[in-house]
Amino acid sequence: MEALFFYLFGGLSLISAGFVVFLRRPVHNAMALILTFFCLAGLYLLLHAEFIAVIQVLVYAGAIMVLFLFVIMLLSLEREESLQDPRGRLRRWIGGFLAVLVFLFLAPVWTLQVLPVLKGTFPPERVHEVGNTIWVARLLFTDYLLPFEVASILLLAAIVGAVFFAMRRL
Amino acid sequence: MISLSHYLILAAALFALGVLGVFLRRNAIVIFMCIELMLNAVNLTFIAVSRYLQDLGGQVFVFFVMTVAAAEVAVGLAIIVVVFRSRGTIRVDEIHTMKG
Repeated sequence: MEALFFYLFGGLSLISAGFVVFLRRPVHNAMALILTFFCLAGLYLLLHAEFIAVIQVLVYAGAIMVLFLFVIMLLSLEREESLQDPRGRLRRWIGGFLAVLVFLFLAPVWTLQVLPVLKGTFPPERVHEVGNTIWVARLLFTDYLLPFEVASILLLAAIVGAVFFAMRRL
Repeated sequence: MISLSHYLILAAALFALGVLGVFLRRNAIVIFMCIELMLNAVNLTFIAVSRYLQDLGGQVFVFFVMTVAAAEVAVGLAIIVVVFRSRGTIRVDEIHTMKG
């Protein structure tokens, strides 16, 4: 059952990620990216990261992608871009080569033998006692309190920056 | 049985697709989307390894990655809008003022 859902979500996320890269209209790219985010949320559920799965749908598929679509429609980018443009053929070959290289470099990571030695302090039984969300919240407000506050400052800086760009005539 | 390696290979494939997209596409917004794709591939790795190592620290890190991604998108899209207003295009090979 787990395998069925993994191959369903995994395959769908790969296909829609391919659409993000290869479809020519930005609106279609954005829609495919939303589908990718939903599939990843399903994978997070399979991995028993319920809180992150919900956040993925709310923040990524919701807020961030709405922002993307909003900007695409604001700029009304009707001109389709051609992937067969003779300029930059070299760049595309370099890109393809780099992508294959990155995949071949990253995919065999699981064969590293350092991983199985270490085991953390959150076995599934302990997490399921009170639930994933409560544990993440406890960690966030105890061990990771300082990064949490720094993240809030980062968000404030982002808001100020976005408002600055929106107001200023460049 | 689905093991950690399945998730890591899937994440590697998603990351490679993101790299490919950054090189293939010339539209700044689509390049941004491909960067988001790469961030999500890393998030998937974090969650899979967090599950495998039985440590919730990875999930907290994904939370921070999402925060940074949200901030990045807000500022980045604002910059793209400003560039479009002043140049009338967001094709990255037509924006080369800062190129030496």
